[in-house]
Amino acid sequence: MMHENWNGFNGGIWQDEINVRDFIQKNYTEYKGDDSFLSGATERTKGVMKKLESLFALERQYGGVLDIDTATVSSLTSYSPGYIDKENEIIVGMQTNRPLKRGVNPFGGMRMARQACEAYGYKLSDKIEEEFRYRTTHNDGVFRAYTDEMRKARKCHVITGLPDAYGRGRIIGDYRRVALYGVDKLIEEKKKDKKELANDHFDGANIQLDEELYKQIEFLGYVKEMAAMYGFDISQPAKDAREAIQWTYFAYLGAIKEQNGAAMSLGRVSTFFDIYIERDLKNGILTEEGAQELMDDFVMKLRMARHLRTPEYNELFGGDPMWITEAVGGVGEDGRSLVTKSSFRVLNTLYTLGSSPEPNLTILWSKALPEPFKKFCAKVSCDTDSIQYENDDLMRPIYGDDYAIACCVSAMKVGKQMQFFGARCNLAKLLLIAINGGYDTTSNMHIGPRMEPLRGDKLDFDAVMERFDIYIAWLSHLYVNTMNIIHYMHDKYAYEKTQMALHDTEVERFMAFGIAGLSVVADSLSAIKYARVKPVTDENGFVTGFETVGDFPKYGNDDDRVDLIAKDMAHKVICELRKTKTYRDAIHTLSVLTITSNVMYGKNTAATPDGRGAGEPFAPGANPMHNREENGALASLNSVAKISYDDCRDGVSNTFSITPEALGRTENERISNLVNILDGYFAKKAHHINVNVMNRETLLKAYENPEAYPNLTIRVSGYAVNFNKLSREQQREVISRTFHEAI
Amino acid sequence: MSRKLVGRVHSIQTMGTLDGPGVRFVVFMQGCNLRCKCCHNPDTWDIEGGTEYSAKQLVAKATRYREYFGAEGGVTATGGEPLLQAEFVAEFFGLCHEAGLHTCLDTSGSILSENVKLLLAETDRVLLDIKYTEDSLYHDNVGCPLAAPMEFLKYLNEQSIQTTLRQVIIPGINDGKENVLRIKAIADDCACVDKIELLPFRKLCQTKYDAMGLTFPFAHLPEPGREAMKSLQALIFEYQ
Repeated sequence: MMHENWNGFNGGIWQDEINVRDFIQKNYTEYKGDDSFLSGATERTKGVMKKLESLFALERQYGGVLDIDTATVSSLTSYSPGYIDKENEIIVGMQTNRPLKRGVNPFGGMRMARQACEAYGYKLSDKIEEEFRYRTTHNDGVFRAYTDEMRKARKCHVITGLPDAYGRGRIIGDYRRVALYGVDKLIEEKKKDKKELANDHFDGANIQLDEELYKQIEFLGYVKEMAAMYGFDISQPAKDAREAIQWTYFAYLGAIKEQNGAAMSLGRVSTFFDIYIERDLKNGILTEEGAQELMDDFVMKLRMARHLRTPEYNELFGGDPMWITEAVGGVGEDGRSLVTKSSFRVLNTLYTLGSSPEPNLTILWSKALPEPFKKFCAKVSCDTDSIQYENDDLMRPIYGDDYAIACCVSAMKVGKQMQFFGARCNLAKLLLIAINGGYDTTSNMHIGPRMEPLRGDKLDFDAVMERFDIYIAWLSHLYVNTMNIIHYMHDKYAYEKTQMALHDTEVERFMAFGIAGLSVVADSLSAIKYARVKPVTDENGFVTGFETVGDFPKYGNDDDRVDLIAKDMAHKVICELRKTKTYRDAIHTLSVLTITSNVMYGKNTAATPDGRGAGEPFAPGANPMHNREENGALASLNSVAKISYDDCRDGVSNTFSITPEALGRTENERISNLVNILDGYFAKKAHHINVNVMNRETLLKAYENPEAYPNLTIRVSGYAVNFNKLSREQQREVISRTFHEAI
Repeated sequence: MSRKLVGRVHSIQTMGTLDGPGVRFVVFMQGCNLRCKCCHNPDTWDIEGGTEYSAKQLVAKATRYREYFGAEGGVTATGGEPLLQAEFVAEFFGLCHEAGLHTCLDTSGSILSENVKLLLAETDRVLLDIKYTEDSLYHDNVGCPLAAPMEFLKYLNEQSIQTTLRQVIIPGINDGKENVLRIKAIADDCACVDKIELLPFRKLCQTKYDAMGLTFPFAHLPEPGREAMKSLQALIFEYQ
């Protein structure tokens, strides 16, 4: 088919089927130059941003939440249009009728919604309370089905952070489809799929899909209606860059109005936008300044996205991140890089609008990226500490060249794959439970198979491993079953209608499990193997501590004796998980990612054999434990790079902090050294790295005097946070981390 | 090599960006023949200390990082004074060259033996620490004459080995303009010198002296300010 709004584009199979990748491949213009073409912020941009900044300041003054609409359930059309500065906005659309005002979304669970309102001095309206009295939420459903053992595992924090009381998120709609095809075409295709399904056998799975398709079609209609409220008809394809960005944003906005999922990632839009921008530039209807303005306005909208969470949730994650992850760069299957001028423009927003944790800009790094783009990324890291890097050369062979990142490190083909998010289990705690034969000394409860605690003068490595294997098998089975319940209920009571409407009907699903405390476990097992570890028991005969004598290899020093323990541990866990069948035949995946909850996991875990004291934080993600690295930064990177991506397809997160002085003497040296470090790390088949180039002193100053550093952004574990939004405890933990310094 | 040489290594920094071009695997050799009053590594002085490595072991370690070196980076031997173990470092550098790694030697240039000459034959770049430009300062604060590094530099020039001149700037001792201009004059005379690095005196090492029960001779001197360093750097801008 042909549409007049596609004039000037190269044709392809994208015209006959929903295929954004094909459209991009046939039409994008690779850019191999440097950043000198970029424009700064215009007066208009500065004006709107100033208004926004004063709203952000006000929000901070109000304790983090500016306003809540307690009487309306958030949905696509339930609020009248809102603006920051209607005359001057180029891209429009708000989650509610006023900027930064939060809506209420009780579909995940009423308790969470109620508590969140109360925490900020509001009360959920009687109307909503009444409405939901007769409704089952996702949370209700899960707790109807949870077994006693699942409740216990949750209560003693051996499995935590499960999405059983809030939206699961981690689903990326292909929001670009709305811009490229218009909503009517998408509805038409979905109706076709529904009709086709009628020819199939109607078993449970197909009946479920059939109903889901009904909901998807319904919600595509709401997206159109929502846009109409703002005065836009998005039934047809976008005709220029402004419309393409606006249409895409409306699709995303619909998703975040409908769902308060933990991570609501954006996908991979900048190079898609670039095609429209290039066409407009060629047609003389847009200037470079105008192109940057479009990107700036779009990013401002993303920076305003908010969900209503409880303070406990905010404390766990350092503010209220939404993980609006945008994947930038990468290389195509034909060898051309997917870097365009708009890859630069989206990074440039960190200068035009100042540094910021959101959107979560993620560089898909490849050896083959154009050198000037690599250097610009390194410069942005040095200047803003706001971006992260993931290995495109590792992911492209698996996901092709149109995948994106959900949350921090979860790769998926846009519009073709989704995941069932599953937080993580606490592997260090599990080791202690194993040593104690099914007893958790932190919560004082029995859990798992009952055995005699391992006592005596010295823990025997083989005996500990044999024991640990039994408990890993036990927990893995429990973990998969727990996840099956959660996602069954989420599909049933809080299905992502807008986002799934922007997927193919036949979608591939991942079930994403996670582990926390990998470095603690590796070092603990190394201590047991290479040093002398004596368990210390309490009056009931349970092991509550350890006396460790002698030296042992520590993860983070490129020493295979311990690094391979970490690698094998990840392998063992994923193999065990695979033994239990998943809901909807999802593919088991595993991550080594803690987000900022490494502090919380540590708090709930007794002393470990590696010398970590009771309650002390874990290292984040796959990081080595703080200050155990003795051979400098590259040794530490090499250790992390050994964790295999084949075992951990949901990502291996590493956070790297280095002082500017240690990275080189001049700005140019720092940039080129950082490029070489990234090239080297990813050549080692590592998956992910957060880069912070900063001094500990800056963090100490911000800790003492937060008002002076309102915008200090740092990368934590897979995303960035505003330093001031971290809890005091998290701030201290970040400060205590290893900073690679010059000697 | 017929004999099995063993090197004494104080420590390894896998990510060095300050001792030679690019990203480098830096080996701190154990033992020093000098006792500079500004020394920030007193823990490397003792020739008997450190960990033993064969050159082969060391190069095996270094090659684990080759992916990070890019076009410019490589391996640096510093110390201590690597020239004290010239024969070992020569073997190490030789193996590095076989593995295709760039080699860099950070030295005071106070020894020029036959073994040192063999080492220099395997060295791609020398970071030569000209500590002062006056013989009296060398006499008081280093423990060898200025003539020693000057003779070393002459040899480097004859052999056309790329050289960076370095000097630590210590307020009240060598922070005058004339001193920096003298370094520049030395560089102008030697075609092999393409770079000069002026490094600010730092006192972070005080804790090391304290831990070893030693007195840090320059503890009373201040660290130079950023601006002062900038104005000195400006004098040698063509060597940066």
